[in-house]
Amino acid sequence: MRYSPKILMVLRDHKPEPGDLLRDTLDMLILKTLTRGSLHGYAIAEYIQDTTQDVLRVEEGALYPALHRLELRGLLASEWGTSENNRRAKYYRLTSAGRRQLAEETAHWTRMSAAIARILEPA
Amino acid sequence: MFAEWCIELKLKIRALLMRRQLDRDLEDELEFHLAMREARNRASGLAASEARDSALRKFGNAALLKERCREMWMLMSLETIWRDLRYAARTFLKTPGFSLVVVLVMAFGIGANTVLFTVVHAVLLRPLPFAHPDRLVSFWERNVVGDNDRNVVSGGVFEYWRKEAKSFEQMAVLGEDGANLSGGAGQFPEYIGTRLCTSQFFPMLGVQPMLGRLFSTDDDRPQANATAILTYGLWKRRFAADPTIVGKTILLDSKPYTVIGVLPAYFIYPEARTELWLPVYNEIPPQQMQSLGNHRFYVWARLKPGVTVRQAYAELDAIQRRMRHDHPNYFVGNGANVIPLQNDLVRNVRSSLYILLGTVGCVLLIACLNVASLFVARTASRQREIAIRASLGAGRSRILAEQLVGSLLLTGAGGAFGILLAFGGLRWILSAREDLPGGPSIHIDATVLLFALAITALSGIFAGFFPAFSVTRESLLSGLQETSRFVAGGPGRAYLRKVLLAAEVALTVILLTGGGLLLKSFAKLQSVSMGCATDNVLTLSLSLPDSRYSTPEQKTAFFSQLLEQVRATPGVTSAGFVNVLPGEGHYVDNTFTIPGHPPLPPGQSLDAVLRDADPDYFRAMGIRLIRGRFFTERERLDQAKVVILSESMAKKYFPNEDPIGKYLTPDLFDHPPLEIVGIVDDVRSWVNRPPEPTMYIPLYRGLFEYGSLVVRSSKDVTALALPIQRLIARMDPNLAVIDVLTMDQIIGKSTADAKFSATLVLLFAALALILAAVGLYGVLSYLVAQRTNEIGIRIALGAQRPAVMHLMLSDGMRPAAVGLFLGVMGGVFSARLIRSELFGVQPLDAFVFAAVVLLVIAVAAAACLFPAWRASRLDPLLALRCE
Repeated sequence: MRYSPKILMVLRDHKPEPGDLLRDTLDMLILKTLTRGSLHGYAIAEYIQDTTQDVLRVEEGALYPALHRLELRGLLASEWGTSENNRRAKYYRLTSAGRRQLAEETAHWTRMSAAIARILEPA
Repeated sequence: MFAEWCIELKLKIRALLMRRQLDRDLEDELEFHLAMREARNRASGLAASEARDSALRKFGNAALLKERCREMWMLMSLETIWRDLRYAARTFLKTPGFSLVVVLVMAFGIGANTVLFTVVHAVLLRPLPFAHPDRLVSFWERNVVGDNDRNVVSGGVFEYWRKEAKSFEQMAVLGEDGANLSGGAGQFPEYIGTRLCTSQFFPMLGVQPMLGRLFSTDDDRPQANATAILTYGLWKRRFAADPTIVGKTILLDSKPYTVIGVLPAYFIYPEARTELWLPVYNEIPPQQMQSLGNHRFYVWARLKPGVTVRQAYAELDAIQRRMRHDHPNYFVGNGANVIPLQNDLVRNVRSSLYILLGTVGCVLLIACLNVASLFVARTASRQREIAIRASLGAGRSRILAEQLVGSLLLTGAGGAFGILLAFGGLRWILSAREDLPGGPSIHIDATVLLFALAITALSGIFAGFFPAFSVTRESLLSGLQETSRFVAGGPGRAYLRKVLLAAEVALTVILLTGGGLLLKSFAKLQSVSMGCATDNVLTLSLSLPDSRYSTPEQKTAFFSQLLEQVRATPGVTSAGFVNVLPGEGHYVDNTFTIPGHPPLPPGQSLDAVLRDADPDYFRAMGIRLIRGRFFTERERLDQAKVVILSESMAKKYFPNEDPIGKYLTPDLFDHPPLEIVGIVDDVRSWVNRPPEPTMYIPLYRGLFEYGSLVVRSSKDVTALALPIQRLIARMDPNLAVIDVLTMDQIIGKSTADAKFSATLVLLFAALALILAAVGLYGVLSYLVAQRTNEIGIRIALGAQRPAVMHLMLSDGMRPAAVGLFLGVMGGVFSARLIRSELFGVQPLDAFVFAAVVLLVIAVAAAACLFPAWRASRLDPLLALRCE
């Protein structure tokens, strides 16, 4: 007997929270943002907010847990550096595993949104 | 997936090690974010305080955020562990029977392993407690007699090696001896084991005296005053740890010796029997020390740095071969042997220690398997609870952690108890095996405790891992589905338990075959015919001091008076005297020639065991006369020109002729040829070796000053021990009786090793069998309970009860059969490993293997019978209604 991925997710290591779908999306956005090079948390939040013209706001309460989760999964690596205003800041960059994950999620997202679009916009 | 998990573990462990760093980093990261936001707010025109407040407001609960981030980096929070511990303790207290069994089984397994590891570590693994122990070696002559590669060395050969060999730094002799230590006020005289050594001996080992000094080269000369060094044990036991002992005089064999030092407590070498050290050149007359043929010394040496044992061997062997070649008529070895000292010291105990270590290792593994199996059963009975918790969000790793914490809690308790047991066990094993080098100084130290801790942790993880392993995602979900009444529960888990059981049975079979082989070997040893009477024979050993019994006349007078008085003692039916008793060992041999036989090629000589006996010894000892006659009382001193041969000696050296009336000339003594007057039955020098060719010369020749009195009686002969000791004390108050033993005890001593191994291995095997039986019973009971519904339906539909019983029985017997098969395979393999310890038994002894197979089948069937019978008795109505 096989089970759908949705049910299996319940059994994953993290606590299920409302907006799980959003959380996965946030992960993807962070990964995508970091393809531009290594950035600190604030710059990531700013970039997403600016690029989406304030449509997507990234809360600190979601951003940092996400960054640390991705780091622990080996999708991101981090190092401490000096910021543009001469402060100690933690810079994140994409690992090769992160790049692979991004590619997978992007493909998945494209498929999903195309599918949803087909329903929402009847031919 | 796995790689991801590894990265995570690595990062988390690093965070664990640098906890403070982690906290500071988190603080800094969030503070940086705040500062950036504040700067931006200010740039957009807000006032400084307003900019900060707005940033903080937007940030939300910073403490909570930090907490959430930090938790991610934790391996497991202390709080969680504490909760798991409490939870585990509570559930275990609810099932005290189960918990007690687990704790006891683990305590036994861990305790036994700790004891054996202590001994193996101290004796076999830890280097000897001497300076640069890796360079210490032991030298032997090879092939002095027969093809023996470990023959004791003569003083002359030692001198030759010391002059010629270049590969060693120091070389020292040590000889085995014994002496009567005269009693002080109110003390009995006592015979103690002594060792003779050259003055280089202690400096070579780097041993420092605890009190006084060691032997100097001046002490180690024939003219020097007699000096002695006490071992710590003798100093404490006999001299009440007298701090002023150095400089005092003690009487050894009635001669005064000055005590110059006391050795440190750890120096219990070569074995515990040695209690006193004397300088060899002072003790042994020069002509004996220079003799090439008087083989009696052990030689220890320290190699030069960088010289390997192999190089030293090559050099020494070449030297000895050259010596042999240059002096073909000397009675010396035709080669030499070099062995690392530690290997040499432990050669008698190594294999039996490893066998025991393997055995207790198996027992611990069985204990773990059993506990794992119990845990699997417990997990199974809790599967719905676990499934519900999982669906409420408990991660698999949480459930795994909880299982592990529980298992570690119980094994931890078992381990603690086991270490306590180990203290008692160690004391027992040291008293049972007095031949361990360094014996009484072996103790449980930090390394051993670390080992005990490590095996406890490993056992806990092993036992807890299996049940946790059985909690898969699928089984969690099916756990919820199994709530429907008619689905038979957890076949997967039962399968896991069956695998564990099969492994358990296999290990048990291996232990049983090993134990069986050792037991049969011991029984064979017990039933060996010594060639003499062994039942109700009392022996008392004594050694006459040279100072008062130096001439043959004095010795002969003492011995004949002794025998006369012993025979006159009420209750004694016969008595005799011999220098070495059957079963005591080889001890004395001598080369000889046979006048009238063609001379031997140069470099070859005849050699046989040498015994001296009084005329009545053979009758007293029940050694049968085959031909000729015994000695007579008149054959004394110079008139004693007769010899009696053992049967194998007569056959070997007089194959096609009648030896009676022929002559034989021993070399060592300045004898005329001795006339062969009789042939007697063979007796054994060792229980486990065939009889050696032996020649007997008359006791009244006055050659040896030591030996054993043999006493027979028609009643219990041990009752005579005291009257005879009193009699000896009356004859010479300063003479110590060395050992009072029955022949059975002497034989018991030489079979003690075999008995020790056989008893212990069998004991552990029996324990393993019980554990396996309990395991089988448990699994089958569980299966029956799981299938109650199904069985009820079968019976309701008309299944015959015997058929139901058969069904359940075969279900339980299958893992037993698999285990049995694997175990027999393993047994065949392990039997080969213990081959060197077997006597008179082939490693693949059909009887032992058949007996083990039958026993295991019988026990397995018995364990399965009750649950199967209960299944067949099920009332279908009740069965269907249950749940």
